[in-house]
Amino acid sequence: MNRSPRWKYVLLIIVILAGIIYALPNIFGDDPAVQVSSLRGFELEQELAAEVERVLEAEGLEYIHVEFDPQRLMVRFDNTDRQLRAADVLRDELGEEYVVALNLAPATPRWLGMFGAEPMVLGLDLQGGVHFLMQVDMDSAREQHLERYVSDLRNVLRDAGIRYRSVRVDRNAVVVELRSAEDRDNAMQVIEREVEELVLESRDASNTFNVRGTIDEEYLEELQQTALRQNITTLRNRVNELGVSEPIIQQQGSERIVVQLPGVQDTAEAKRVLGATATIEYRAVDEQNDPYEAQRTGRIPPGSRLYFHRNGEPLLLSREVIASGDNLIGAAAGFDQQTGQPNVVVTLDGTGARRMLDHTSQNVGNRMAVVFIEHRPETEIVDGEEVHTTRRVEEVISAAVTREPFGRRFQTTGLGSSTEAAQLSMLLRAGALAAPMQIIEERTVGPSLGQDNIDQGFRSVIIGFALVLVVMAVYYKVFGLVANLALTTNLVLIVALLSMLGATLTLPGIAGIVLTVGMAVDANVLIFERIREELRNGNTPQAAIRAGYEKAFSTIADANVTTLIAAIVLFMFGTGPIKGFAVTLSLGIVTSMFTAILGTRAVVGLIYGGRKRVKALAI
Amino acid sequence: MEIIKTDTKIDFMRYRKVALIISAIVLLAGVTALVGRGLNFGLDFTGGTLIEVGYPEAPELADVREALVQDGFDDFTVQTFGTARDIVVRIPVGEVDETGADLSTRVLEALQRQTPDIDMRRVEFVGPQIGQELAEQGGLALLYALIGILLYVSFRFQWRFAVGAVGALVHDVLLVVGLLALFQVNFDLTVVAAILAVIGYSLNDTIVVYDRMRENFRVKRKGTPEELCNLSINQMLGRTIMTSLTTLMVLMALFYFGGEIIHAFAFTLIIGVIVGTYSSIYIAGSLALFMGVSKQDLMPVEKEGADQPDTEVLPERFRNREA
Repeated sequence: MNRSPRWKYVLLIIVILAGIIYALPNIFGDDPAVQVSSLRGFELEQELAAEVERVLEAEGLEYIHVEFDPQRLMVRFDNTDRQLRAADVLRDELGEEYVVALNLAPATPRWLGMFGAEPMVLGLDLQGGVHFLMQVDMDSAREQHLERYVSDLRNVLRDAGIRYRSVRVDRNAVVVELRSAEDRDNAMQVIEREVEELVLESRDASNTFNVRGTIDEEYLEELQQTALRQNITTLRNRVNELGVSEPIIQQQGSERIVVQLPGVQDTAEAKRVLGATATIEYRAVDEQNDPYEAQRTGRIPPGSRLYFHRNGEPLLLSREVIASGDNLIGAAAGFDQQTGQPNVVVTLDGTGARRMLDHTSQNVGNRMAVVFIEHRPETEIVDGEEVHTTRRVEEVISAAVTREPFGRRFQTTGLGSSTEAAQLSMLLRAGALAAPMQIIEERTVGPSLGQDNIDQGFRSVIIGFALVLVVMAVYYKVFGLVANLALTTNLVLIVALLSMLGATLTLPGIAGIVLTVGMAVDANVLIFERIREELRNGNTPQAAIRAGYEKAFSTIADANVTTLIAAIVLFMFGTGPIKGFAVTLSLGIVTSMFTAILGTRAVVGLIYGGRKRVKALAI
Repeated sequence: MEIIKTDTKIDFMRYRKVALIISAIVLLAGVTALVGRGLNFGLDFTGGTLIEVGYPEAPELADVREALVQDGFDDFTVQTFGTARDIVVRIPVGEVDETGADLSTRVLEALQRQTPDIDMRRVEFVGPQIGQELAEQGGLALLYALIGILLYVSFRFQWRFAVGAVGALVHDVLLVVGLLALFQVNFDLTVVAAILAVIGYSLNDTIVVYDRMRENFRVKRKGTPEELCNLSINQMLGRTIMTSLTTLMVLMALFYFGGEIIHAFAFTLIIGVIVGTYSSIYIAGSLALFMGVSKQDLMPVEKEGADQPDTEVLPERFRNREA
C-alpha cells in the first residue's frame, strides 16, 4: 500500500541511468594530446592529418590516433613524454602558419561519446592558467579621435578655402576659431557635410567666431564597439601565437574583454604577447627592379626594401610609407556591388586620405602593397636557459593594382574568396590603431596550486560525504541507508548535470557540492523525524510512513525554495568562481529534493510497502 | 538511536528574554568590532596585488622582505600562507603608477633572483575600480536576497512571519559579519558567497520551525501562542540538530581539508550555521511572537489551503483503517 506508482519507478530508473551515463566521463581522465590549429584562424585542410601522421611516423613516435576537425587537429598520445616530443617535432616541421599546442583530450570511451557525454570543464583555479579582465580606455580613444579631427578639419577648411585662426582640442571637443561670422557659417556648412559624426554648435565671443564640434554620442558608442571588436580580433591573433589550446576571449559588458588562458603559467610572457602591437603600412611596389634578382644577389636598389609576400613571393617596396595603421579608421569585408566579387572596403582618416590621393593620382596602373608588421615574442633555449626576445615580423599581406585615384574610402578586389577577404580585413583591423587597453584584473593560478585545489577539494568532498553516510546509517538505520542511497544518487546527479550543462567546475563550486552534501540530508531528516513522530503518536508503521512523507512535503518545498532564492541571487550578482558556487548549490537543492521526495519514498516503498503487516520500522 | 528525544519539552520561550539579551550583547560586540576595527577587507574589495609563491623550503620572511626592498618596493606585506613554505606578498593599490599586472611580474622576478627555484602559485591583481564594483555587487546581492525572501515568506505565510524571518536573517548576518570583524577574517568574495549561503541555510531552519508553528496554530485547539511556539520548536528540535550536525561535519571537512584558499569561506559558514541554528530556535520564534502572531492570523485558510489537506483528520483516518 505504500508502493509508489509504477511510473515513478520508471522515471527514477531513467533519471538515475541518465545521471550515471553523463557523470561517467569524469572518471576516465584525459589523454595527453597535441593540438594543431591555424595561426590565422583558417580552416584546416584534410591533407594536414596525413602530413601530421607522416611526420610522427618518420620520427617513430607512437600515437593513439589523429582526430581531424576543420578548426583543429588533435593527436592523442599515451604518455606526456611522447606528447612533448611530438609537439617539438610538429612545431619544426609544420612551419609558422600553424599553432602547435599541448592539450588534454578527454579519454571518454566512444560508446559514452555517442550520448554526447563529456566530462566537466575545470575552472582556471583547478587546472591552472591566467585570467585577465581588460578594459578599453575610452577616454584615450576619444582623445585620439579628437586629435585626428584637428588635422581633418584643417584639411577640410583649407580645401574649401576658408581661412581660420586655429583648430584645437578643448576638453572633449574640437574648436575652430574663425575671423568672421560669414566664415563661421561657411565653415559649419562644410564641416557638417564632410565630417558627419561631429555635432556642431557656434560659440561667439567678443571678436572671435567659434565652431565647437563634439563627437556624436551614437557615433562614440559605435566607436567603442568597433574598438572592442578590433581589440578582440587582435587579442585572438596574439593568443594563437601563445599556443594555448583552449583560450577564451569574450566581450564583457560594453567596454571589457575577458581573456582566459588555461594552462599558461608564464604570465609575464602572456602579458607581453597580449600587449604586443601590430601595425600595417601601405607602400608603393617598386616595379622598375626585379625582386627575384634582388633576393638572389642581395643587392637592393636604393630607395627600396625587399619584402616577402605571405605566399613566399619576393617584392621590392618603396622605403616611403604612404599610410600606416594610425591612419586606418576601418576595414570591412563585403562584396563589390558591381561585380559581386569579394572585396575589402578601407576607410582612412584625413591625413591618410590626402597622402593616399596624392600617391594614387600619380600611380594609376602600378601596384600598392600592404605590409603587416608584428612584434612576436619568442622564447628560445640558449645554454639551458630561456631567453625571451621579440622578433619584428614583416610580411606583405596584399599587393594590388591601383585602378583609379582614391583617398578616404577605397576597396581592394581581386581576392580569391570571401574567406580571404575576411582574413585581409581582419589583419587590417588588427594593424589599425586600436583604443588602448588596460588589464584591470588578473587572476593567475599556477599548476601546482591548481592540482592542490583539485586534491583538497576532492578530499573534502569524500571525507564530508563519508562522515554524513556514517552518521545517517547509525542514526536512522534502514532509513538511513535509504537516505545514503539518495545522497549518493544526488552526488551523481549533480556531477551529471554539471557535465551536461557544460558548466565550469571551480573550487567554490566544489565547496558548493560539499555544502549540498551536508544540506541534502535535510529533506530526509525532516521526513524521518516526522515518521518517528507519527509512530510515537501511535500510528501504524505504514500510516506513519505515508503521513511522514505527505506532511513533510510542504516544509521541504518552502525551505528549499527560500534557499534557492539566495542561490539564484548569488548567481545573478556573482562573478567568476562565485557563480560556480551558486550553480552547484542550486543544482544540489533541486536534485536533493528529487532524490529525497521521490527517490527515498520509492525505495522505502519497496522495502516496507509490499508487506501486509509491518511490526516496527528500523528508523 | 536518538540523540535528541523528539518529545522534549524544553520551555524555550521562557528564556527568550535571556536569549535576546545574549544576542544583543554579542551583536553589540560585533558591531563595535565592525565600527572599531572594521572588516579585514581582502584584495577583491580593496584592489591591489597578491602574489603567492611556493618555496622549496621555508624561507626567512626577513630575507623575502629584503629581496623586495632591494628591488625598490616599500609598501608591501609578506606573510606565510597555510604552510611555512608558502609566502604571500600583498601590495596595496596606490602610489606605484605601473599597472598591477606588471607589478606582479616584477615581484616574481625579484623573488626569483633571490631563490631561483620558487614556484609561482597564484597571482591576483584587482584594479581599484573593480574592487569598488565587486563591493557594490556584493552589497546589492545581500539586499536583493533579503527582499526576495521577505516577499516569498509573506506570500507563503504571513507578513508577521516574514518580518520575523528577515529579522532573524539580519540578526544572523550582523552577527556573522561582526564576528568576522572581531576575528579579522580576510573578507573576500568567497566570504560574501558564504554569507549568502548562511542566509539560505538559516532561513531554511527558520522556515521549518515556522511551518510547524503554522500547522500547530491551525490544528491545536488549545494553547497560547507562546506554548504553541514552544511545542513547534521542540517538535523540530531533533531535525534542527541533526541537519546542523551533518552540515557542520561537511564544513569541518572543508575547513580542515579544503586548503587555505577556502578557509575564510568555511569559517564563515561554520559560524553562520551555528548562529543560524540558534536564531531559528530563539530569534525567529520570539520575533514572530513579539510581532503578535495569533491564531486568527493563520486560521483563515488563505492562499495555501491546498498544501495542507485536512491535516488534523489524516492520522485518525489511517489509524482506523489499520486497526
